[in-house]
Amino acid sequence: MEAPDLPLWATVIVAGFALYGAALTLLGTIGLVRLKTFYDRAHPLGLGLTMGNVSILIASIVCFSVLQTRPVVHEVLILIFVTLTTPVTMMLLARAALFRDRSKAYDQRVATEAHLAAQKQAAELEAAQREAALVQTSDAPEQGPE
Amino acid sequence: MNVTILAWGLAGAQVLLGLAMLLSTYRLMRGPRAQDRVASLDSLYANAMLLMVVFGIRTGTTLYFEAALIVALVGFASSSALAKFLMRGEVIE
Repeated sequence: MEAPDLPLWATVIVAGFALYGAALTLLGTIGLVRLKTFYDRAHPLGLGLTMGNVSILIASIVCFSVLQTRPVVHEVLILIFVTLTTPVTMMLLARAALFRDRSKAYDQRVATEAHLAAQKQAAELEAAQREAALVQTSDAPEQGPE
Repeated sequence: MNVTILAWGLAGAQVLLGLAMLLSTYRLMRGPRAQDRVASLDSLYANAMLLMVVFGIRTGTTLYFEAALIVALVGFASSSALAKFLMRGEVIE
């Protein structure tokens, strides 16, 4: 596999943009691995992927324009598409995550309320039983001497 | 000389993109909840698409461009379908 033979300025631009884009993508993915919550993770992912795409596609445009000695801009298709779709995907995912977190919190709250209500009912029942027992024992000695 | 610089630079870019794919695979397996897995799948296909573009630059053929375009299209469709599934519980209502 032989790399194409470009003039020096084009070589520097292509290699530099490719390395820059790959490094940005790697940074976004490191953010995906290192951060704590989902909302934190979605943020570097969207930024890193978008900018990495733009840089690598600029490298590709420069490379093929110099190789074919005319402007080759069909990479702009991928560029526009990815720039439009990455934020849309992240927004859809974040909304889904928000919905799931809210429904999970709601389920937890319902479960806690049911638990508390059951505890309260049990305490009331126990109090009533104790009161009944107290009434019985206080009734018994009074009736005894008569 | 120029060929060597370009080959090394593109090889470095490929290594970095491969590392990014490995990291997103780690998050894909570890992810505590489903949305983390979907986000890392999104990052995985985007990195694969970029790797394809870099491979195309390295070989000097425009053949890989179409493949990268199709990967981007299908990846977006799959990610948005998975997000819809997480939101609604079904994809086509």
